[in-house]
Amino acid sequence: MSQASPQPRLRLEPWNDPASVPYIRLLEVSKSFAGQTAVDRVTLDIYKGEFFSLLGPSGCGKTTLLRMLAGFEQPERGRIEIDGADMSAVPPYRRPVNMMFQSYALFPHMSVAQNIAFGLKQDGIRKQEIATRVEEMLALVRMEGLGGRRPHQLSGGQRQRVALARALVKRPKLLLLDEPLAALDKRLREHTQFELVSIQERLGITFVIVTHDQEEAMTVSTRMAVMDQGRIRQLGVPAEVYEFPASRFVAEFVGDVNVFEGRVVRSERDGTLIHAPAAGTHVFIDRGHDVAEGAACAVAFRPEKLALALEPPAERAVNVIEGTVFDIGYLGDMSIYHVKAASGAMVRVALANRLRLVERPITWEDRVWISWAPGAGVVLLS
Amino acid sequence: MSARDGLSPFGVTALTLGFAFLYLPIVILVIFSFNESRLVTVWAGFSTRWYVALFQNQQIIDAAMVTLRVALLSSTIATILGTLAGLALARFARFRGRTLFTGMIYAPLVMPEVITGLSLLLLFVSLDWDRGYWTVTLAHATFSMAYVAVIVQSRLVGFDRSLEEAAMDLGAPPLKTFLVVTLPLIAPALLAGWLLAFTLSLDDLVIASFTSGPGATTLPMRIYSQVRLGVTPEINAISTILIAIVAVGVSLATLTQKRQLVRRRREEALARRA
Amino acid sequence: MNGESRAERRRRRLVVAVPYLWLALFFLAPFLIVLKLSFAEVVLARPPYTPLIELLDEAGSLYLQVRLNIGNYLLLFSDDLYLRSYLNSLRIALVSTAITLAIGYPMAYAMARAPERARALLLMLVILPFWTSFLIRVYAWIGILKNEGLLNAALTGIGLIDEPLVILNTDWGVYIGIVYSYLPFMVLPLYASLEKMDLTLLEAAADLGSPPWKSFWSVTVPLSLPGILAGCLLVFIPAMGEFVIPDLLGGSETVMIGKTLWAEFFNNRDWPLASAIAVILLLLLVVPIVLFQRQQAARGSEFGK
Repeated sequence: MSQASPQPRLRLEPWNDPASVPYIRLLEVSKSFAGQTAVDRVTLDIYKGEFFSLLGPSGCGKTTLLRMLAGFEQPERGRIEIDGADMSAVPPYRRPVNMMFQSYALFPHMSVAQNIAFGLKQDGIRKQEIATRVEEMLALVRMEGLGGRRPHQLSGGQRQRVALARALVKRPKLLLLDEPLAALDKRLREHTQFELVSIQERLGITFVIVTHDQEEAMTVSTRMAVMDQGRIRQLGVPAEVYEFPASRFVAEFVGDVNVFEGRVVRSERDGTLIHAPAAGTHVFIDRGHDVAEGAACAVAFRPEKLALALEPPAERAVNVIEGTVFDIGYLGDMSIYHVKAASGAMVRVALANRLRLVERPITWEDRVWISWAPGAGVVLLS
Repeated sequence: MSARDGLSPFGVTALTLGFAFLYLPIVILVIFSFNESRLVTVWAGFSTRWYVALFQNQQIIDAAMVTLRVALLSSTIATILGTLAGLALARFARFRGRTLFTGMIYAPLVMPEVITGLSLLLLFVSLDWDRGYWTVTLAHATFSMAYVAVIVQSRLVGFDRSLEEAAMDLGAPPLKTFLVVTLPLIAPALLAGWLLAFTLSLDDLVIASFTSGPGATTLPMRIYSQVRLGVTPEINAISTILIAIVAVGVSLATLTQKRQLVRRRREEALARRA
Repeated sequence: MNGESRAERRRRRLVVAVPYLWLALFFLAPFLIVLKLSFAEVVLARPPYTPLIELLDEAGSLYLQVRLNIGNYLLLFSDDLYLRSYLNSLRIALVSTAITLAIGYPMAYAMARAPERARALLLMLVILPFWTSFLIRVYAWIGILKNEGLLNAALTGIGLIDEPLVILNTDWGVYIGIVYSYLPFMVLPLYASLEKMDLTLLEAAADLGSPPWKSFWSVTVPLSLPGILAGCLLVFIPAMGEFVIPDLLGGSETVMIGKTLWAEFFNNRDWPLASAIAVILLLLLVVPIVLFQRQQAARGSEFGK
């Protein structure tokens, strides 16, 4: 986890700066429901202005964590701080936090404008100012002129924008988003992801989003935490998590991957050699690991990082698998080749379809060689 | 033939016969309220004389007034208590004595009226309360609050809790959340519960007979004592009036509801297309 | 725990306590009084029964005297009238429930399979009688069933019978009255369970080779069992204790327990005996009532009215 990220992004990275103070702190937070552990000793720092994702399969505890930040659930152990203030005795209606619900939770008996004004009214703000701020928000989410509508008179995308406006209008220190785009169709979802990022950057509000969609998490977030069984399995910027998964669970949950069991032959500062019979015989990876010789491990390759050829690569004994094409999945932009290796393992290789595909250069039953660069795979020790 | 083809001839027959059975007696009753003759079985020409007689019958009018007052007050009490009970049933998964509580809510729904009436009467006697308007009202409120509780509970079970969480998240404390979000959204259930409690009170003969006292004779009690003396067109007339009120009320409510639903569907469809 | 939780708890306690206390006072306590009174003796006084517990001062010593009279219960089991009343009620309630189910099931089935637009109207037609006065609906049958009533007039008119059928003041009058009054109670839960049934199940059964009548018995009926149970209980339990229908439509020999209780109470002014009758009736109904409650609680009570 502490490995330096390979490619610094063009933005502030407070998490790499020891002088910066976290805005939201979770310390050893635990929660269980009827004996079932939902969140297990989670410690996490989130910095001001971040767009932070909690990613994981359903039941991993990400929603419980979010609801504890909102104040709907109380941690059994541990503490939560927002901007230096302990939140344990603060009920949801006094927290400087607002939430966008998965169901949007728009009040059906109020108009769009009344929905957006609801939070401001609770603070006793003057009518005039409420009206101005509601208008601002409607403009921000491109809903001008629709303030008089009722929620059922809106399309799914419009409802989603009203929910966002309602949660933002109080200028919270922290905005929580619970699967905010799950109800939208794919095209609208992708469009809205970019819109969310642009709004977040404009307002500078810290966002924490819960999602089970790894593409969504990678698209929007500054950093993401991959959760499983109540614990954070990996924390990092999206590229780091994708390229250097810390465990087999993360590798398989984030993106598609081929995993082979093996044993470490030797590991030096600038490379590791692994004996993995299922993946040819030997695999060389260009990173050193602090492991003993003979230790069990796994190697993982993303399908798009593998090359496929009808000829064996010249003079190579490592990083090659020989096999036959078993099946081809045509996805339009690319094709997934299922290659049956001599060892019996099934390997998935993704190839971009650069030319219009009428006759495949490689087709069913062909004898093929899979190869890859030393920088293509990762070693998984857990 | 698949099950989706709609009504089979068998289905049409079942419905026709079933509804004829349900409605024919009522229709006959209404027709004979306009009969000239005193006999309710022989048609002797159209007349409204029984309605005129009805409005000159002070006993009936007094009884109707008592019934109305009892029904208005008891259904209001029942709605308040039933709403609280429905809230407790739907929202509080565990509290001391919940099993007994659920039992006391559901039992009145099926309890034979003679038992409810007798037991309430004995309570009033033990407490040495004078029987009359107040005791009938209390009795009616008690047995109809169960109906309100069930209606409110089923409404709350289908209620999206995240609406309340959203209100709290936006700064509304629990009580305010209940008043501005929950209550307006379950209002239709409260209204339905009130109406049901009102008609149950309007209808009740047995419990009122036990718990009422001199000077508080309700309309069903008055009708019953006249029916025992024999069938008279006057009873048909008052029955017709009661049926008309209920029929108009229920059809109006159903129609409004239906029209709102249709409008809502249309607006939703429009929004989807946009 | 957050800071508001104490106020919150107090509010919750209030929400439960108000209806709870009300029901304890006006629903539970009265039953205990009925139970108590069933062990009392009838006297000519106000109130017309003896106290169970008395403080006696005899020759300077104080005695707490508890007198439990089990004579009422003995009478119930020895006098033919009461036994007959209970058995008659049981028989009439069972038979009427069966008839109501036989009439209600086809209706509910047809409603559930009717075009969606018609369903709301049909549902309203079932519910409407249920809002109109029970007493009036029972009364309506008197004019129809009388010896010189409309039914006999119509049947003689078309020459189907020569002698008028005697229905009023017999068990048949009571059956008709109960079936008529409680039909909506049967149809509504049946409709609810039939309507939400997934029709693709029947298509799947047909696809697997089951003819429609077989699918009806092996798929539709088992899936509607909760509705059948709810409907039968909603008819059976109140029918057991029915008073108005046997009183107005039944004859003098149609003794039902509700009617007997009424007579003991109002005509003979024997409150202790009436209480004993109520206690035994309640014991007979405990099983069906508990069954009903279980079902209601389990279904989160989707059956409102």
